[in-house]
Amino acid sequence: MKRNLVELRNISKSFENTLVLDDLCLEVKENEFITLLGPSGCGKTTTLRIIGGFEKPDKGQVIFDGEDITNVPANRRNLNTVFQKYALFQHMSIEENIAFGLKIKKKSEGYIRDKIKYALKLVNLDGYEKRKPASLSGGQQQRIAIARAIVNEPKVLLLDEPLGALDLKLRQDMQYELMRLKEELGITFIYITHDQEEALTMSDKVVVMNQGYIQQMGTPEDIYNEPENAFVADFIGDSNIIDGIMLEDKLVSILGHRFECVDVGFGTNRPVDVVIRPEDVILGKEGEGIIDGIVTSLIFKGVHYEMDVQAAGYEWLVHSTTCYPVGTKVSLSVIPFNIQIMNKPESDDEKAVMLDE
Amino acid sequence: MSRKIFITPYIVWAAGFIILPLFMILGYGLTGADGKITLENLLAILDAVHYKSFGNSLWLAFGTTTLCLLLAYPLAYILSQRKKRGSKLVILLFVLPMWINFLLRVLAMQMILSNTGILNGILSFLGLPTLKIMYTKAAILIGMVYDYLPFMILPIYNVLNKIDVALIEAARDLGATPAVTFRKVILPLSMPGVISGVTMVFIPSISEFVVADILGGSKILLLGNVIEQEFNLANNWNLGSGLSLVLMVFILISMAIMNRSNSEKGDTMIW
Amino acid sequence: MVKAKKYAGRIYVALIGFLLYSPLLILIVCSFNDSKIRTVWGGFTLHWYVDLFQNEEVIAAVKTSLLLTTSAALIATVIGTLACIAMSAMGSKMRGLMQSVANIPLLNSEMVTGIAIMLLFVHFMSLGVGSMLIAHITIGLPYVILNVMPKLQQTDKNLYEAALDLGASHVYAFVKVVLPELLPGILSGFFFAFTISMDDFVVTYFTKGAGINTISTMLYQQLRRGINPEMYALSTILLFTILILLAIINRLSVPKSTKEVKY
Repeated sequence: MKRNLVELRNISKSFENTLVLDDLCLEVKENEFITLLGPSGCGKTTTLRIIGGFEKPDKGQVIFDGEDITNVPANRRNLNTVFQKYALFQHMSIEENIAFGLKIKKKSEGYIRDKIKYALKLVNLDGYEKRKPASLSGGQQQRIAIARAIVNEPKVLLLDEPLGALDLKLRQDMQYELMRLKEELGITFIYITHDQEEALTMSDKVVVMNQGYIQQMGTPEDIYNEPENAFVADFIGDSNIIDGIMLEDKLVSILGHRFECVDVGFGTNRPVDVVIRPEDVILGKEGEGIIDGIVTSLIFKGVHYEMDVQAAGYEWLVHSTTCYPVGTKVSLSVIPFNIQIMNKPESDDEKAVMLDE
Repeated sequence: MSRKIFITPYIVWAAGFIILPLFMILGYGLTGADGKITLENLLAILDAVHYKSFGNSLWLAFGTTTLCLLLAYPLAYILSQRKKRGSKLVILLFVLPMWINFLLRVLAMQMILSNTGILNGILSFLGLPTLKIMYTKAAILIGMVYDYLPFMILPIYNVLNKIDVALIEAARDLGATPAVTFRKVILPLSMPGVISGVTMVFIPSISEFVVADILGGSKILLLGNVIEQEFNLANNWNLGSGLSLVLMVFILISMAIMNRSNSEKGDTMIW
Repeated sequence: MVKAKKYAGRIYVALIGFLLYSPLLILIVCSFNDSKIRTVWGGFTLHWYVDLFQNEEVIAAVKTSLLLTTSAALIATVIGTLACIAMSAMGSKMRGLMQSVANIPLLNSEMVTGIAIMLLFVHFMSLGVGSMLIAHITIGLPYVILNVMPKLQQTDKNLYEAALDLGASHVYAFVKVVLPELLPGILSGFFFAFTISMDDFVVTYFTKGAGINTISTMLYQQLRRGINPEMYALSTILLFTILILLAIINRLSVPKSTKEVKY
């Protein structure tokens, strides 16, 4: 078992009477790629800024490598940040930007020169030493921002939506680049994004946040396949989230039809939320499945067709490689393993608190 | 945060040399020579002499502002249409006189308008009758328009220049004629520039006294002249302060009305 | 039709340009005119310039103006820049209040500002170089804030944090990262304060001590007395000084942008 490198203990933070983080606990292991994922305003950026030392928590402790660094200022922390809009120093050349931290640490000139060369090679921008940041593209600037951070050999690299300003294709390239960098450098990445696909692709561990609380923490597979509540299910990928009633263990009633499932321990006749991924809905000929319905829309998406199926008073989102034209009468069925049952939250607040415990 | 400490010198300065002096005017303006509180100095604006000078000031300020607006708007519009290289230099040329000493510009005007000046020189050279413009309201008006015109051009140009060409194209695309596009899109969007231009011309011209002094030859008294004389000749500071207060309140009220009418217009323009 | 409109536009622009510049041109021509009568060309001469440099009153006024303006602009720039840095750390309400106080001298007519400061000084101290300096700093301050504040707001807040993140101290981060970003704003703030102060007549007129003249107040006295051709010479020199200053400032700001374009 790897040891904890960064630990947040019971962190609370509010800005002008708005509670942004409430009693947040988080552990980051050595050499882990951890992603904080959530909509804007969920508290992920504040969490990162507390780790970076740019905000002080109202309550709680930040532990780094076994030491309490809650009161250590940003410039004395052995971690570096890659900012969303790069924050490159426009009046300095690329090499001056990269050398900035090293010069403060009074490294020798030869050392700095080697480091710049090494870092630029690492981010595939060798030969750019003398250029000014403004002459580089967004993707190149982001690489420089990363180079500027890693030459300081931080134990942890904090990345605040570093790919947010890039276009889709470039973002995908940079995702692989970042994963490669992390492997080569062997340091811990704490990554922030609101893009669920990015989080699932890159991370060892995903932390889904909303309204200042951690909603769910786990491997990308866990988060995707077994969302613990409606928020996570809704935020991660497309889902059918349907009201249901848990009749007994392994049997749930959805829209008045009985579905077998694998979940136990919810009691009997209890209202629940049911999550079914669109790709898990199996379409068949009318009468051959559990519910009958009619296709109301069809869009070709490349890998699959995306269809809306009106059945039992609910509009189901279905992904299928078989095409059923609009108006086709179909049947729906789902194998028990693909039905995910979740407790219904009693209120918005509880939606969050429940999972925190 | 420790950075907030840096405000200290400014706060000291603002309190001592911006706020306190205003209270000094208030203090002098609301007391008589005997030190007792009175409204006499404010009501003095109703005296025939003061009333008339205020009327002159208003007339000239409105005239100057209107003329400047009429001259500057088309100019700013034409210049903003030019997006070629060097257009920045052209606008600089029209704004440059702003940086030239105010009295120097008055001096230039005096040379042209005076009875033995350049204008009359040219007229008599052409065999035309000479004009007696000097020491009339017209001379003051010409002088003030000349002085303040650049202050109207710059803000209007700045706003017009920033209007997204796509907006104009969109209006044309939706079937608007150039005239309608101008009236419904360009004009409303340029209102902030017009407002700030009007402000920059109106405030100094309502309290003008130098131009009237030189080009009006002390024959036409403006409120500014009256106030100046109360301080520098009559030594009646209470009266001078009282009239200054009236002027100040008048400026504040007209600014408030102008900004409000603008925002109201802006609201209705959307519909 | 379109062409006619274009020409009408050009003629209009040229006409306004002519109206703005012909008085100044006449001023320049007269400064070389060897005749006391304005409308008569008496031949080229430089003797108004020679006289000008021997006129002690003029020399004194120029000295006073330069000294006063430079020191007022410098002090206003320092106070204003510091205030902007502090304001950027404030909440929006507090900042709004501070900025509206800063705008008071802009909204007030110069005359009221001048009289107000005069009353303060006559009441508590006396008029002199001190009152003039303070008045000039006061009218320059809002322009410094107007120029620096937008730069500060444009500056990516993350830049400062990025410097801290890389280990810089607060002072080092400010000097190496924030200040260079602000520098254009600070310079143009200084330039504005300088020219506002150099140009000012009204505020100076009310706050100046007896016997002290700036270029503006001296020009005013001369204008009331009836003009002396030496003043044309002085005006011409002032005009060209401003032209050269503007050209330098333009040069300073232009190459930077072209440098970036070149890459």
